[in-house]
Amino acid sequence: MIADVIVSNLPAFLVAVPLLAAFLCPLVGRISPNIRAAWVFAAMALTAAIAYCLAYLVYTGGTVIYVFGATAADLSIPLDSGGIPIRIMFTVDPMSALMEIIAVTVGLGVIIYSLSSDERRSGLENYYTIFLLLISAVLGMVSTGDIFNFFVFLEISSLATAGLVAYRVEKGLAVEAGLKYLMVSTIAGIFFLFAIGILYGQYNALNMAIIAERIQWTPLDKIALVLIVASLAAKCGSVPMHFWTPDAYMMAPAAVTAMLVVASQASLYGLFRFVFTVYGVSLNYVTMGWVVIILGILSMVVGVTMAIPQKDIKRLMAYHAVSQTGYMLLGVGVGLAVLGDQFLLNSYGYTAMEGGIFHIMNHALYKGLLFLTAGAIIYRIGTGDLNRMGGLGHKMKFTMVFFIIGALAIAGIPPFNGFASKFLIYESVYQFNPILAVIAMVVSILTLASFVKVFHAVFMGPPREEHAQVREVPLPMLGAMAFLAILVIVSGLFPGIFVTNLIEPAVHALTDQAGYMTIVLGGG
Amino acid sequence: MRMSKIVRFCADMLYPAIVIFGLYVIMHGHITPGGGFQGGAVVATAAALVIVAYSYEEIQGMLSKFLLQIQESAGLVMFAGVALIAIGLGTTFFYNYLANSGLLFGMSVPFGPNPGELNTGGFLPLMNIAVGIEVWGGLAIVILYLLSGIPKEGT
Amino acid sequence: MLWNLPYIVVVLLAIIGLATILLKRNLIKIFLGVSILTSAVNLFIIVLGYRENSIAPIYTYAPSLNMALPTPQALCLTSIVIGVATSALMLSFAVIIHRYYGTVNVDEIRELKE
Repeated sequence: MIADVIVSNLPAFLVAVPLLAAFLCPLVGRISPNIRAAWVFAAMALTAAIAYCLAYLVYTGGTVIYVFGATAADLSIPLDSGGIPIRIMFTVDPMSALMEIIAVTVGLGVIIYSLSSDERRSGLENYYTIFLLLISAVLGMVSTGDIFNFFVFLEISSLATAGLVAYRVEKGLAVEAGLKYLMVSTIAGIFFLFAIGILYGQYNALNMAIIAERIQWTPLDKIALVLIVASLAAKCGSVPMHFWTPDAYMMAPAAVTAMLVVASQASLYGLFRFVFTVYGVSLNYVTMGWVVIILGILSMVVGVTMAIPQKDIKRLMAYHAVSQTGYMLLGVGVGLAVLGDQFLLNSYGYTAMEGGIFHIMNHALYKGLLFLTAGAIIYRIGTGDLNRMGGLGHKMKFTMVFFIIGALAIAGIPPFNGFASKFLIYESVYQFNPILAVIAMVVSILTLASFVKVFHAVFMGPPREEHAQVREVPLPMLGAMAFLAILVIVSGLFPGIFVTNLIEPAVHALTDQAGYMTIVLGGG
Repeated sequence: MRMSKIVRFCADMLYPAIVIFGLYVIMHGHITPGGGFQGGAVVATAAALVIVAYSYEEIQGMLSKFLLQIQESAGLVMFAGVALIAIGLGTTFFYNYLANSGLLFGMSVPFGPNPGELNTGGFLPLMNIAVGIEVWGGLAIVILYLLSGIPKEGT
Repeated sequence: MLWNLPYIVVVLLAIIGLATILLKRNLIKIFLGVSILTSAVNLFIIVLGYRENSIAPIYTYAPSLNMALPTPQALCLTSIVIGVATSALMLSFAVIIHRYYGTVNVDEIRELKE
């Protein structure tokens, strides 16, 4: 009976458990630091279990809807409302479930890492409070089926991230980075709210399925689409709104940076959800697809060319994050451009979208691993400047192995998972337009070149005398990095399992606007 | 340099009045304009008034950061807890289980314009109180921290 | 034309807010520009809910039953709360930056370059 109640209310617990844990964290922290560490880890593990159970339910049973404030969880249309879903609901379809799995997996590794790398710092109870709020906001953002609810979770994640980026003040540098991030996020949020106002004013509904049913392609809808695409692309760090990315990724604590990658990809998910599910069949597919492709190409090229001359390890990795976001936009953009043509869609459109969305999962894993290794290096050395590192491979062997795994994955070398998703993108984009595939391959070669440079500068060479007493990092940090590295290797050796079981249902659910509307409106 | 006696005396007189007005706005959120956030912001204004009239050091005995943080956490936990009880009763998260039920705030509301009755609304007044306590604690802490960062005269 | 006056005010406020953000050099003035832009969008959302000859959507001693839509008012309230939190965070960032850099002029807060 209890299990029944819990299973039918899983989407609510997904957001409520980290929220409640975050609210109680300052009080629990006053008792003792060890109890606070156990509390945070228990909350994160419980959230991960809830997310995995919910994902299992969604993948085996279809989309799960959960209506807040009704007498039963799937009563989406109240009896006296005249056929309109008026309550806030969570619509967890396979694409949302995939993003939830990514968020809690990276979050679990990051919490284990952060518990050991930050344990001697001060002000920790507020740090974990904001961290759990960020996880709750990202999980809410990917599960919701209501556009204003999406805006609220987007703003919560912006504020939480800005607070975390500026947390270690570092003589004002981190606060400057946090201020840049907050300005861009706030203005993006304001324009997003303007677009929500336009959509609400025209159709008198906030539910995504109802707007998808009622939408006509008026000029006001075009303005709203432009504002939505611009603000969500600014939030995920694609060119030309990428200027906050290097500063924010560089100055945040290492564990926060890995979570920041996941938060940026949740905004990318929001972009795809609005373009595919809310606007859906009313769009001009080719134009919109080419817009997304151009954003992707610009991000790829600008990101990797700005990354090569960098001298700080995390700043370099931040520019690579911009570049890899371009791959995701390119893959999904090609899929969007051929969405109207069923034959082309079956021959290479679905493959391109699978490549793009598989790349989201792979990128969260290997970029999280790379940022955690950079954090490990900074934990021992004290600085991130490449000119002052050298010969660390003698002492920090495990960190070097994890860095090699992450660097080979990001460059797209088999048998790691970067190769699998990039291969899917190459082979489908080549059939769409050969020039785009050639640009993607050149960017991949430049990525490999810059990571070879970093590896040589950090780990190779004779050991320096100022790093004489550098040891390996503590065990929990190694454990977190090993967790992510094992996932990178497994998803690279058996990509077929992941693609057929996780990614393909997600892609088919994302492009199936009619199925989404039927589940929300027709069933309940 | 202290504020003049008139300012300090008026602040003393106004502080309870502002607190009571803020609590009135919080409690009557379901029948008149107002509610949790609005009333909580009004009460936090009282804290700001007292800090401006006196200086930060003299106020530390009256407004302590630790108690305000407990107040903020208590408000949030009450909010989430009242909503989670609905799951225990078999319905979904945030279902209004007190409305039209005869319990704490559960009087039935007649349709149409009516003189507002405080005893109605289900768990909305409880949510208002929770949010009001939380906003009072939160905004007062923000004001205290921002004003405590000002260096003293002569440093 | 008269019925469009609130929307014209929204656009004017948005332009003033954007101009302040882009042209001013003092950090506090830029934050005021963000606040003006937020107010413009909040006003836009509230104005969407107006019906002709309607009153406030409160049933206590209501003189008539023709009421404006209450949902945009709830959306605007949420947005105002988010604006308060954002302003508090941005102003505390400004205080810390002034403590470490000695200035609040955006041309001089450029330690993180390239």
